[in-house]
Amino acid sequence: MGNATGFGARYRDVDLTEFDTRQALEHAANQAVERRYEDFMIVDCDSHHYETESFKEIAEYIEDPVMRHEATYQGFSGGGINIGKGNHQEMGGRIIRYRARKKEIVPPSPHRDITLMRRWMDAMGTDVACMFPTPMLNLALSPREDIETQLAWAYNRWLCERILAHDTRIRSMLYLPFHNPEECLKVVNAFAEKPGVIGFMVTSTHYRAVHDNTYAKTYRALEERGLPLAFHSASGTGSEEGLRLLNRFMGVHTMGFSWHNILHMTNWITNGMPERFPRLKTLWIESGLAWVPFVMQRLDNEWMMRNSDAPLLKRLPSDYMREMFYSTQPMEMVNNLEMLQATFKMINAETQLCYASDYPHWDMDLPSVIYDQPFLSEQAKRNILGGNAQRLFKLDTILSDVKLQRRAARGGASPPQ
Amino acid sequence: MAEVLVCKRGELADGAVRIVYFDKHEIAVILQDGAYYAYRNVCPHQGGPACEGIRVPRVIDVVDEHGAYHGQSYDKEQMHIVCPWHGYEFNLKTGEHPGNNRIKLKKYDIVERGGEVYVAV
Repeated sequence: MGNATGFGARYRDVDLTEFDTRQALEHAANQAVERRYEDFMIVDCDSHHYETESFKEIAEYIEDPVMRHEATYQGFSGGGINIGKGNHQEMGGRIIRYRARKKEIVPPSPHRDITLMRRWMDAMGTDVACMFPTPMLNLALSPREDIETQLAWAYNRWLCERILAHDTRIRSMLYLPFHNPEECLKVVNAFAEKPGVIGFMVTSTHYRAVHDNTYAKTYRALEERGLPLAFHSASGTGSEEGLRLLNRFMGVHTMGFSWHNILHMTNWITNGMPERFPRLKTLWIESGLAWVPFVMQRLDNEWMMRNSDAPLLKRLPSDYMREMFYSTQPMEMVNNLEMLQATFKMINAETQLCYASDYPHWDMDLPSVIYDQPFLSEQAKRNILGGNAQRLFKLDTILSDVKLQRRAARGGASPPQ
Repeated sequence: MAEVLVCKRGELADGAVRIVYFDKHEIAVILQDGAYYAYRNVCPHQGGPACEGIRVPRVIDVVDEHGAYHGQSYDKEQMHIVCPWHGYEFNLKTGEHPGNNRIKLKKYDIVERGGEVYVAV
């Protein structure tokens, strides 16, 4: 037995009183180097910041002075103006970045959100990320519908002015105040041309029918502008009567995030929306993937028997669904490789699936969840990790400075594809 | 095989974690209740820094002989390492996931000699 006795070793003592994204994601950075992500573009189509951390700034954008005062005084969540059910994402402190992220030290400029975004993006090898809010995903469940409209305008203004205008690597699909169809159209017209806006987003945790005629003008406006519409799911706990039976967050998360997109997808198909808005591209976010083959099979079977229930459809429901786009996360991948491969095939993953991390949320996925799949070709991996989103959002090729430096250091590296 | 110095006995506080980088190895040495444990600091799930999170006892559901549920409790005999990335838990003594013992952290032997603690690599 040898006795190196520390020679050649180095040490780092773990200190949970500090937090730094770069340290927390050091292994992600290692993966990025090992997998040579600098050889291609990675686009994250679903990532987040915490608008609550900037909520005092956002509250200043609320036009209603009474609500602005209330929002400033109460704050947003945790007993604030958006009172909702706790959702225990941090698992009783097990996911330490939830609380520890407040300790992270950033320079005075750029905006804290930009620095934090850049840090995790650089670690993971992500070049462009679509940034969404967090608690606002359940905002539509508030019985005070006027809050949604006020906050949608305030948040979108803040996001465009304070964040998107200052970093081309950060993009967003802006929040649509779905309780107010007329305001949805106004929001699209007001922000569609703003730098960094790559589409618009409906939070799936709402109870307005997506096929309602009042949204037709908004859908047409998006279609004419070539901007995609996303349905971003969430837990929805506290409002859906069935989900109220779930007493563990694991159950809430398993069911809620899938259920809301199952609901809206079913209406989207049975009401012939793909025929009514044939050029409108839809992206279904954060429901995982297992729900898609389920809905495809159910709807196909029903439609063959009940064609008159969905007479606008000219093809099987699954044919339309295969032309839609899906985000990867949280990808179900425990002992199910065969099923996962079949799912990828059913949804035309090579052209329709878009990688998403959902970072910094508890169930985030790294690019390696795609890159390490044994059944994917190199081209399929690159499509899913970036190419499909680049096509969907019409993005120019952008590589981060970190990746450009790595390419330069290697010398003679192949150009990005 | 090499023995890599971790620390002098008494140097680390109870509950501390020291990461030892040696050659291509990244090993977490944990001092818990007076005993040292060493594991590869890479989670088998997505590669997170598995040993850099908190440690909590295993959570159990209390169910009586009639099948009735009586809340939750901790099994303090089974301390868990919790990966901070996603919450994957591993038994501190075995390195095994509590629900699937095929999912486990790579374990290293600890050698104590002459008042010093080494990890066998």
